[in-house]
Amino acid sequence: MKRNLLFPALIFLLVLTVAFSMTLGRYPLALSDIAGFFLFKIFGAGSMEFERYNLLGSLLLDIRMPRILAAILIGASLAVAGSAFQAMFVNPLVSPSLLGVLAGASFGAALGMVFFKSWVAVQVATFLFGFLAVLVSVGIARMHKGNTLLLLVLGGVISSALFTSLLSVIKYIADPYNQLPAITQWLMGGLSLVDGKILLTAGIPQAASIILVCLFSGYLNALSMGDEEARALGISVEWIRMLLIFLATLMSALTVVLAGMIGWVGLIIPHITRMLVGPNNKVVIPASALIGAIYLIVVDDVSRMLFNVEIPIGITTSLIGIPFFAIILRKAKKGWN
Amino acid sequence: MELKPLIQVEEISFGYTEENVLSDISFTIKKGEIVTLLGPNGCGKSTLIKIMLGLLRPAGGDIFFNGKNIQQMSSKSLAREVAYVPQLHKSSFPYTVRDVVLMGRIPHKAFFFQYSKADMEIAADALGRLSISHLADRAYTEISGGERQLTLIARALAQGAKTFIMDEPASGLDYGNQMRLLDQIIKLSREGYTFIKSTHSPEHALWIADRAIMIKNGALMADGKCDEVISSKNLFHLYNARVNVLKLNRSLRVCVPQTICGCTEFAHSPLPPCELGEPISCSAVRGG
Repeated sequence: MKRNLLFPALIFLLVLTVAFSMTLGRYPLALSDIAGFFLFKIFGAGSMEFERYNLLGSLLLDIRMPRILAAILIGASLAVAGSAFQAMFVNPLVSPSLLGVLAGASFGAALGMVFFKSWVAVQVATFLFGFLAVLVSVGIARMHKGNTLLLLVLGGVISSALFTSLLSVIKYIADPYNQLPAITQWLMGGLSLVDGKILLTAGIPQAASIILVCLFSGYLNALSMGDEEARALGISVEWIRMLLIFLATLMSALTVVLAGMIGWVGLIIPHITRMLVGPNNKVVIPASALIGAIYLIVVDDVSRMLFNVEIPIGITTSLIGIPFFAIILRKAKKGWN
Repeated sequence: MELKPLIQVEEISFGYTEENVLSDISFTIKKGEIVTLLGPNGCGKSTLIKIMLGLLRPAGGDIFFNGKNIQQMSSKSLAREVAYVPQLHKSSFPYTVRDVVLMGRIPHKAFFFQYSKADMEIAADALGRLSISHLADRAYTEISGGERQLTLIARALAQGAKTFIMDEPASGLDYGNQMRLLDQIIKLSREGYTFIKSTHSPEHALWIADRAIMIKNGALMADGKCDEVISSKNLFHLYNARVNVLKLNRSLRVCVPQTICGCTEFAHSPLPPCELGEPISCSAVRGG
């Protein structure tokens, strides 16, 4: 695809997906209803009854919008974090969970659910332990001299394993009738608990880090040529890497705060993106944000519409993503070697 | 010839552990010189290259570029003076040749950057100078090894540096590509570029280099004009290999293993007997 058409096309597709997803739900709406509602909201002009505007208002603004916005933020965050990690660690098979952020955040969420009463405390614990897990990885890598990239990956393996075991401890001591099912369900992911407040708290830093990573994406090509080459090109490799790890951790930890564990997005979307736009990270990073957003909205639509009961989105992303990935693998391989 | 050397390496020493990998290495390099670093595997060549690029901090000693100590230069300003052409490698991602060359513009950019039209032109120009413009949109991973190496040189040109440090640039290249690479190095050195390259092939040094620096066990073994330094005796000391350096004509010398060039009867003597001989014709070499 021509590069100057790519982003308008993706943005158009995103808007279309959002509009279409607004119509879906227990109470199906027509596109004209949605258009009418927003025309009324923005311009104050409309022909529908007041009652109906109220209904549409609570349906669209209170229920569907936050959910769709959360899907956009989560999809974009995981895709961008995944793309950045794949370039930075010179390995197309890594995902945002590489340094343990998702394991740590899961542990934090479970810990919060067992020991704290308030949901806010759970969210704070989720976020903090996501960061802590990455700090452990980085700390382990710093303890030793040698190949920093390899040590970071090993640190990530250790840290992930550590927090996964700690999660098991929490599950073991959790009350098996209330807490354990809650933990299990949360770890399967779901967007139903998203509300305007948490969206605002998590969304602003997430959006900011996505934009920052896009601005840094010019370094990623050079970073993926290896540390020495990148440094010889005048790049302060350590500094930029730590900054990118920080941003990726921030946005990934916040996805868990918003909607629990959602796997596979951060691995698959970068591949699909590179398949579509080529490997240049200056294009891949922003494009993967848009594609990840579109993907997660669609997957969330499937999660809530396919059966009477909502399926946890972590399950849907895996069940849709894995076969899809297996099918496109041959084509996707063109994006790396 | 300038009076002031372009590069001064002063008493460099380095150790990864307690033991020194490099000790007390000093030399100077003039603008436009092609300098070849020779030495066996593990002698410290690559370490020296990394120190000169500012990738490793020496334990002792200093390196000056144009009179400036590289330790006091930012990595960006050093990258504007010296470019690194690494050993033949494959990238994990199939960036286009143009994208790879554009990386060379990074030392000229601000912290957040977009490549400008001028950067694009500089990259295109660099590709043109190496006659590989036709590769610009090809994937870097799908072109031949020789073309990849030329791409990395084009990146060094785009970087705007006047000194190129190359780590075994010819290794892994087929014969024809080695020749084309050496041709480009000669061409660029005539334009005023300075080359420091390590190689495992003394012949390459004899063909194109002005100077050879031999490093053995982390110490400077010999430094001088190729014709003088690359001798049977020195190659024996350096590589523990018996090689005759034969003079083909007034300006060209070649290395031939003794077992092949007909001096086998001397192979067990402690030192190679055939020092530089009289000019020998090719048939004479064959005839022994």
